[in-house]
Amino acid sequence: MKNNKKKMLYDAWIKSLPILFSYVFVSFSYGLMMQNAGYAWYYSLFTSLTVYTGAFQFVLITFLSSGASIVTIAVTALLMNSRQTFYSLTFLDDFKQMRHRKWYMIQTMTDETYAVNCTIPQNEKNRHKQMFLIAFFSRCYWMIGAVLGGILGQILPVQLEGIDFCMTALFVIIFIDQWESSTNHKPALIGVVMGVICLFIFGARTFMLPALIFTSGILLLIQGKENQADA
Amino acid sequence: MPNIQWNIIGIILISAAITFTLRALPFFIFRGNRTMPVWLSRLGTMLPSAIMAVLIVYCLKEVPQTITGTGIFQCLAVVVVAVTYKWKHNMFLSILSGTLFYMILLKL
Repeated sequence: MKNNKKKMLYDAWIKSLPILFSYVFVSFSYGLMMQNAGYAWYYSLFTSLTVYTGAFQFVLITFLSSGASIVTIAVTALLMNSRQTFYSLTFLDDFKQMRHRKWYMIQTMTDETYAVNCTIPQNEKNRHKQMFLIAFFSRCYWMIGAVLGGILGQILPVQLEGIDFCMTALFVIIFIDQWESSTNHKPALIGVVMGVICLFIFGARTFMLPALIFTSGILLLIQGKENQADA
Repeated sequence: MPNIQWNIIGIILISAAITFTLRALPFFIFRGNRTMPVWLSRLGTMLPSAIMAVLIVYCLKEVPQTITGTGIFQCLAVVVVAVTYKWKHNMFLSILSGTLFYMILLKL
């Protein structure tokens, strides 16, 4: 009995290893960038516990330090994290069967845990327990990295000028991944063009909200057109 | 006891509430059947890369004003990230090399 439990913990941990490396590294950068922006490790820990979403947490740092409006923050959170609605849809039945763990599974749904949980075969023994452990381990990795980054930033005697570029780098990488996995590059190009146009019209301080609204508006319009063309 | 900025905590909690609602949405709406409106699922496939593109513009928003200084450094560092990532597909390597490259350019 005890051995079984150990084995299950071990299996889930092995499956979570790819997440360990990427999470600790990325959230370490996050904690460091937070500290550099003037927010101590406990803010990083609190955000990682409650929000727990990679890319948006980075954007939130710049929003906090530039004093962005609450509307901008809300719309950005809505649009950046809407993809996770589609992840939950995949596990609708699984999570329901997990009963009291359902809400925990919903709150810890990220790109990475989604990807790893998708790889667990339907007939695997203790499938749901493994999914839970992977979700649990992953968020621990994320929080540990964030705290370590924050503490290192506190100890370092110098301000790390330019460390915030790690956010740009992360987004460029996600963008390349998305570009390579899709044959339809129209959305990406619309995003670039609308972003640049709005930047020049509205200026650096306030362009984000109109850029997001116009971009999703245009996507809504063209999906309707493509829909008609198909019918 | 650290001096906690409650407005920051408030913003974090609002962000958390929005994110949680999005994650839980299918459990509220699609209780019985899993069919989603076609327009919504089409939007769902197109949105992520478009939003990421806007975010990159957001990261580089200061470039036009600072093109003779830090702006050009940022553009060069983006090239470093893109080229190393296309080459090795290693997130760790690309973030580290791009960020270090940018930080060194700032020190020069």
